[in-house]
Amino acid sequence: MSAAYARLDATALRASILAGERTCARTVAECLAGIDERDGELAAFLSVERDWARERAARLDARLAAGERPGALFGVPVALKANMCTEGIETSCASRILAGWRAPYTATFVQRLLDAGAIVVGVTNMDEFAMGSSSENSCAGPTRNPWDVARTPGGSSSGSAVAVAARMVPLALGSDTGGSVRQPAAMCGVFGFKPTYGRVSRYGLIAFGSSLDQVSPLARSVRDLELVTEVISGHDERDSTSLAEPPIEREHPAAPGSLSGFRVGVPREHFPHDLEPGVRACCEAALARLEAIGAELVPLSLPHTPFAIPTYYVVATAEASSNLARYDGVLFGLRAEGDGTLPGMMAATRAAGFGPEVKRRILLGTYVLSAGYYDEWYGRALKARGLMRDDFERAFEQVDVIAGPTSPTVAFRLGERVDDPLAMYLADALTVPVSLAGVPGISMPCGCALPADGGAGELPVGLQLVGPARSDARLLRIAAAFEAASEDLRREPPPGSAR
Amino acid sequence: MSVALTRDGDAWLSAAGGVRWVPVIGLEVHCQLDTRTKLFCGCAYRFGAEPNSLTCPVCTGQPGALPVVNAAALELALRAALAVGAEIASQTHFDRKNYFYCDIPKNYQISQLERPFCTGGGIELSSGKRVRLHRIHLEEDAGKAVHDRGQTTLVDLNRAGVPLIESVTEADISSPEEAHEYLTALREIVQYVGASAADMEKGELRCDVNVSVRPEGEELRAKVEVKNLNSFKSVKEALEHEIARQIEAYESGDEARFPVQETRLYDAQAGETRTMRAKEEAHDYRYFPEPDIPPLTIPSALVAEQRRLLPELPAARRRRYREELGLSDYDAGVLTQSRDVADLFETVARLSQRPKESANWISNEVLRAFSDPEIPAARVDELALRPHDLAELIGLVTAGTVNTNAGRTVLREMMKSGRPARALIGELGLEQVQDEGQLEQWCRAALAGQERTIADVRAGKTKALGAVMGRVMRASQGKADPRRVRALLLRIIGARE
Amino acid sequence: MDDPPNEAWIELVRRTAALARLEVSDEEARTLGPQFAAILEHFRTLATLDLGRAEPMTAATRLFDVRRADEPRASQPRDTLLSNAPRRAEGFFSVPKTIGGPE
Repeated sequence: MSAAYARLDATALRASILAGERTCARTVAECLAGIDERDGELAAFLSVERDWARERAARLDARLAAGERPGALFGVPVALKANMCTEGIETSCASRILAGWRAPYTATFVQRLLDAGAIVVGVTNMDEFAMGSSSENSCAGPTRNPWDVARTPGGSSSGSAVAVAARMVPLALGSDTGGSVRQPAAMCGVFGFKPTYGRVSRYGLIAFGSSLDQVSPLARSVRDLELVTEVISGHDERDSTSLAEPPIEREHPAAPGSLSGFRVGVPREHFPHDLEPGVRACCEAALARLEAIGAELVPLSLPHTPFAIPTYYVVATAEASSNLARYDGVLFGLRAEGDGTLPGMMAATRAAGFGPEVKRRILLGTYVLSAGYYDEWYGRALKARGLMRDDFERAFEQVDVIAGPTSPTVAFRLGERVDDPLAMYLADALTVPVSLAGVPGISMPCGCALPADGGAGELPVGLQLVGPARSDARLLRIAAAFEAASEDLRREPPPGSAR
Repeated sequence: MSVALTRDGDAWLSAAGGVRWVPVIGLEVHCQLDTRTKLFCGCAYRFGAEPNSLTCPVCTGQPGALPVVNAAALELALRAALAVGAEIASQTHFDRKNYFYCDIPKNYQISQLERPFCTGGGIELSSGKRVRLHRIHLEEDAGKAVHDRGQTTLVDLNRAGVPLIESVTEADISSPEEAHEYLTALREIVQYVGASAADMEKGELRCDVNVSVRPEGEELRAKVEVKNLNSFKSVKEALEHEIARQIEAYESGDEARFPVQETRLYDAQAGETRTMRAKEEAHDYRYFPEPDIPPLTIPSALVAEQRRLLPELPAARRRRYREELGLSDYDAGVLTQSRDVADLFETVARLSQRPKESANWISNEVLRAFSDPEIPAARVDELALRPHDLAELIGLVTAGTVNTNAGRTVLREMMKSGRPARALIGELGLEQVQDEGQLEQWCRAALAGQERTIADVRAGKTKALGAVMGRVMRASQGKADPRRVRALLLRIIGARE
Repeated sequence: MDDPPNEAWIELVRRTAALARLEVSDEEARTLGPQFAAILEHFRTLATLDLGRAEPMTAATRLFDVRRADEPRASQPRDTLLSNAPRRAEGFFSVPKTIGGPE
């Protein structure tokens, strides 16, 4: 992989193109070379759109030469998770049931990327229909963590996180429903940002949990997150749940070196006794770093945190059971004939097309909505959700941001949790409360640690920062301050080798 | 039917049984709202378009597509609800109704359960009985599944996503006739307020019935849902058959045959209802609030505006036409057959100050125009005729400037060309001849040599004048005033009426 | 509430699968039953939560009244729609013959 290409983040890449130091064509060539070099082992990509990317690069170069004003992401190679619709591109959600399905339209947020001059180079692997935390639920097989290829990169935006971490692309989009961008960001040592619910349009994001899903970017720098967030965010008339607000602009001043005056809440429930020691150590050190640049740490409580996992899984699976009902062999996707009747065909199609985790969640979701069980399960979960949002709102009366580990553990081994769905769900314990409340959250690399399972190499740890609703620009600037003050804590993954 | 049944008021009796059976009927009606676009997307809808040509990612349930509420649908729904006296909610939201079928793309329908946009309301029948509404709510229509073309079922999604209001009555209806009357009244109301064109042939109004029977005064029994009713006539007939079927089953004494709660299909050809499903399981629709659509508030200003836009409803107009304008029941009925016709009548009546003549001209001449192949209009608002001009024509006929026949000719021209009466009368040379001298000349000429006729008329057979009058009219090229011609002829002959 | 025995969970999985139009083999049902039980058992802590007078949070925003004008937008070409159809015929989607009505 070209060292120059690997070193530049999206902001620098664009600047370099505009300064005439490189062309889009060369950038795409280097990007594709990097993918060729690394992706055989890592399996981040489900498909690579070589011809399309090359043609687009050539056209962008010509337009720049003709004096056209370059967009905010001009010439930047970007990867999209396989649940994001781009017209004519296979968008399978890593599921057999949508294998070969070419989206008939382009998502609003993808169009905004394209309008800003980005070059979509490929579609990344994910847990099927975004259900999972490890990529092991993909029908195409798992993606591997570049830090240790025997381990998971996290999920469900696994491929997008790895594509950025292994420097195949500087920017990728994932989707975060209960932590699906923040957690893989933490496990791969990159930045992942979930905006306030409603700040980025969901039109064209294939739905899993409608009231939780958010398009969320992954990058190697905070300024890149700010760059892409400004491009994709802002009201969309095609999404009734998108906030009536303009795109999120970077706040000024450019980089607050000091966080003096800022209060950082530390919830005791996010430092449970069974937190991996390495994760605890890294996060405590990161908190100390925040203090060192002027922040005041304030211990607090988010008392409903222990109920977050049940609440999340009841709400998310209920919505999913309804959102995935359309996959039935009638209008698009896979079809299995079954017993030749209409209901038989639908049942057989869904049995053949969905993987075990998806089936599990559809069944759970159907159950919690069914007659006689609604009040006990879904009804209660909706109320519990409100209480969780209240926890955050109350906390934000005292503090500006909340900080804690993104994930209770570092990357675990592939195969370790596949037979224990509940263990897999618990990986999300620290990220789902944020999703339930609809507030913004970011995971930032804050060092490496040894895993508790005896593995030999150190693995990335992520610190999560959470802000009040609609404080996205402020949250990103606080993250930038931490980024500037913690460069020594960040490391590069190994350049690529089999273990 | 093997059992002969007689009717006595609401009750049905068989010769054998002696039990007075009373039907208990509820109606579920779906009306398509007359918006330009669908409920959740910007697709326009047109009945009879090429299959699957009026769709988009939203109404075909493509992965990633999202619904956005059509404001006009809410407005029309409000108007219809106000017209039946319902109370409008201050807040409302949509729910997902989950079930699998080939004609609903998402395998859920966006509908309303917990907080529909209105409650209550009802429609009064001519007997004075009020049929109460159990609920009215907004929902999206499904596409169409076609079962009778070939070896497979074919699906057309054009209709998917069209806005509907579903209205469900209480079980207040007691006879097939009442059901028919209720449907007629409901259709009239939604048409009048402009909420729905409600043409059953185009599927703009659909009806299912729920019917049970019970011995007078006793507990309610199993109710049966009947579907596949394609006309008001079918509704009435299906109810007649189903009521008879249920009574016969109960009176057979064989419990295995007693009606059970189920859904049946009406077969209009065979004139019977048939079981649709072998086993009836209550549907579990797993309703939950639609997460993709924020709740709606309905401000009182919006309600007030829709109330202001309500026209006078047909029943009230008919009463007024009878009581204030002295029209007959029949005429009032003809003139209120649609809002357009009623509005036209009222305008013309007001301008001409001649309600009875206005009623006649519109009922007999204007409405007949719609079956005239030379007049390219299917509705009042497609006619080139302006109310002011019709009022003027009526005045001219009353004044004798043209006779009635000539007036009819002029009117036809007016409806085709939109030109006013006077110009056409002049051009067509239809001005009625008033000149006494000219008229007398024609009369005498027509009577020449008609000794037999003259004798008959003098003897009292005034009918014999007919032929002579015909000759006068021909001689005058239709321009003679028939009333004066007749009077003249009688005077000349020396006879009396 | 007492936990129903294994068979009851397996039966519950089957019934729920039917509602979800999902065919599950006997083997799958036998695996899913205990998993269902374990997951729901863990989630049952929700029942212990004192909800007080909490209102259901049915949406993640406090938005309301999102509507659009009744303005037509071009429909998608039929070919685009049908190009993804598993089976089509004469401009329609084609599915196994059914008598009529959802079940």
